[in-house]
Amino acid sequence: MQEIKREILINKAKDLLADGTVDRVLGWKAGEFDYDVTPAVFNSADEIEGDFVWNGFCGANFSKYLVKETLKGDGKVLVFLKPCDTYSFNQLLTEHRFDREKVYAVGVPCNGMVDVNKIKEETDSVVSIDFDGGNTVVHTLYDGDLSLPTEKLLSERCVNCKSKKHVAYDELLGEDGEVCDSGRFDEVARLEKMTPDERFEFWQNELSRCIRCNACRDVCPACTCEKCVFDNPESPVENKAPANSFEEKMFHIIRAFHVVGRCTDCGECSRVCPQHIPLHLLNRKFIKDIDELYGEYQAGSVLGNRAPIVDYKLDDAEPSEAVERGDENA
Amino acid sequence: MRKISLDKLNQLFSKIAETQTLYMPVDTKTGARYEKWEEGKELSDALNTVRSAKDFFFPQTENLMDFKMEGKNIEIIDTRNEAEDFVIFGVRACDVKSFEILDRVFLADPADSYYENRRNHGTIVSMACTRPVETCFCQTFDIDAASPEGDVVCHKTDDALYLEAKSDKGEALLNSLNDVTEDTDGSAVDEQVKTVHERMSRLPLASLSADAFGADKTKEFFDRPEWAELSQSCLGCGTCTFVCPTCQCYDIKDFNTGHGVKRFRCWDSCMYSNFTKMSAGQPRLTQVERFRQRFMHKLVYYPTNNDGLFSCVGCGRCLSKCPIQMNIVKVMKKLGGKSND
Amino acid sequence: MQVNEYKPLIVAFCCNWCSYAGADLAGNNRLNYPADVKIIRVPCSCRVNPMFILRAFQRGADGVILCGCHPGDCHYTSGNYYTRRRMSLLFSMLDYLGIERERTRVEWVSAAEGAKFAATMNDFVEKVTALGENKRLEDLRCKK
Repeated sequence: MQEIKREILINKAKDLLADGTVDRVLGWKAGEFDYDVTPAVFNSADEIEGDFVWNGFCGANFSKYLVKETLKGDGKVLVFLKPCDTYSFNQLLTEHRFDREKVYAVGVPCNGMVDVNKIKEETDSVVSIDFDGGNTVVHTLYDGDLSLPTEKLLSERCVNCKSKKHVAYDELLGEDGEVCDSGRFDEVARLEKMTPDERFEFWQNELSRCIRCNACRDVCPACTCEKCVFDNPESPVENKAPANSFEEKMFHIIRAFHVVGRCTDCGECSRVCPQHIPLHLLNRKFIKDIDELYGEYQAGSVLGNRAPIVDYKLDDAEPSEAVERGDENA
Repeated sequence: MRKISLDKLNQLFSKIAETQTLYMPVDTKTGARYEKWEEGKELSDALNTVRSAKDFFFPQTENLMDFKMEGKNIEIIDTRNEAEDFVIFGVRACDVKSFEILDRVFLADPADSYYENRRNHGTIVSMACTRPVETCFCQTFDIDAASPEGDVVCHKTDDALYLEAKSDKGEALLNSLNDVTEDTDGSAVDEQVKTVHERMSRLPLASLSADAFGADKTKEFFDRPEWAELSQSCLGCGTCTFVCPTCQCYDIKDFNTGHGVKRFRCWDSCMYSNFTKMSAGQPRLTQVERFRQRFMHKLVYYPTNNDGLFSCVGCGRCLSKCPIQMNIVKVMKKLGGKSND
Repeated sequence: MQVNEYKPLIVAFCCNWCSYAGADLAGNNRLNYPADVKIIRVPCSCRVNPMFILRAFQRGADGVILCGCHPGDCHYTSGNYYTRRRMSLLFSMLDYLGIERERTRVEWVSAAEGAKFAATMNDFVEKVTALGENKRLEDLRCKK
């Protein structure tokens, strides 16, 4: 399903390893069933030949791994970045979270990544998966081979892709795309139109499933604090499990608030949530509000951009106006 | 063995619910979850629930006691209540086995009275699997998905549900259901068990073996260089430990309510940077050690202390939930879980 | 008078330089406002972390009001401008989660506005009293 073939990525990685430009490669590693792809560091051409994967399940955003990876050794690390990953890459650079000199970034075009959960809605067992043109062929244990249109299996963030344009790279494989006209705020707008009671019910229901595994925080490229306030025993809010609905809400409000103006809407939080909580709807609410109140702002689109939350204008809206604005939307 | 046709299942459930609370997996938009049964709720056909059944005996958070301060006196208030009888219906073989693993931890002397209380009041009705999937590897740990353990064991065929008591508790429950069930022989069940065994032999992970691991192998695996590579992309989140039916680590904390203190315990995860934190810090400094701890515990430490019993049941939840798709199967294959064939 | 009449608990974060002095002036002028308002003095309205507001609700507040210098008058030049953006986003998020929007407020009160301080508090307490107890952001463990 991806236009750029695996061979092109592999050859690029091998060439860059061979000529000494980089000494290791951050890529996706094959698992047991085609869909369980793991981020991994490859050190040699042989490893890459054997295990490097590029298919419709390479959703993981590598930007955050660079924070730790660039601290290891003096050599450069090769990283493959999809368009949405480059926004996180830029944002982390803006915050001086890693050394740009230690990274060789190769942009790869992306046609959207498949959400394996959508496949599992169609069949309970997935032994292996092939991509055949616009279709995804799923080999199952009990239902034979299923051919499903890939378009219908894309993860939410890819259906509402915000950009197919790379905003940072040293080298680009294939053609660059354009910023998309996505409907990513439609769901937020739908919620805004509900009554407060309906919204409360909606979020109570969603957030009550939270098991506080912290996957959303740990995967988030914007969450790079050395010590999170929720892990700090000195802070009065350290908690390892939500004792009640208040703690569920507090964690998620603060998690989203801490990345205001830095969240690039990469969608990793919702992708990794084991309870399928639509966490991106919290982040997108902040992005939508910023766009409407302080002018369009896309975190990570320009290196060195100043986030609206650390900026102000003399004639900004008052908080009461900001909240009541919702009534006009309704 | 007793039998009830599937269209009468509702009668069975309402009969059980007459005397005790009944929980069973119910389909929701986000997968099957255990819910309290009430009229209109239907038993899910899903292979397994999103969260494991350990929640019933070892909930994620639980109040242990309250303290009240008055002047220089501290009053300790025991908040325990005797649990009410309940039935968990439709527990899969892997999750049933997990109770044995938890029992060995919580019921060993001195028994954990909070856990013991719930355990004594719970009756487990297990459900044999018919369609094991690619993430299943219970057979690696000698669990038979087609004939689980439990107080009552159920087999669901196309038209009927077969029930068989395996303990006194189960016997009592089945006897109370005699009005709605009928006596039968086990031939239909035997037939199904055979089919399921055949299916299990064809599973992609059927040949995964745990023989390389087990009691007293700490030295063999502790310093293996592969741990660094296996753990390199681990995020340090707690997903695997929280969806795991056998992970049993917890932390005890005090919550200041402003007018007293509530002491509670909650699940903890060895993957966390603040796990078992002491005055000198966390004994496992990096994610490599934390990651190793989890798998060594499942495959080596627990068997060492528990007659060779592994503390993994092969339910496959971590395989489908890990954000970066690293899991015990990959660890076992990398470190020497040799193929049987 | 009814004995069990509901009285809300209000937390008011007041900036040291303007609003806290405004509260003082209200007191000096013998202006009435309900004793249910508990004032917490902060160096600048900008000191108020969103977590403070949530924690106030957790510990039993029924309404939280944040008072600072008028825009342009901040003792630290620009603190209240940042407050304004932060609280706009936070309050909008609370509204999005279905929390009653009347429970939170930001008001600019100068050191000379004792009357405004008292009037603001009277109005806020009245609105929150009408809403009743905070149920949507409560932590039952903190209830007596």
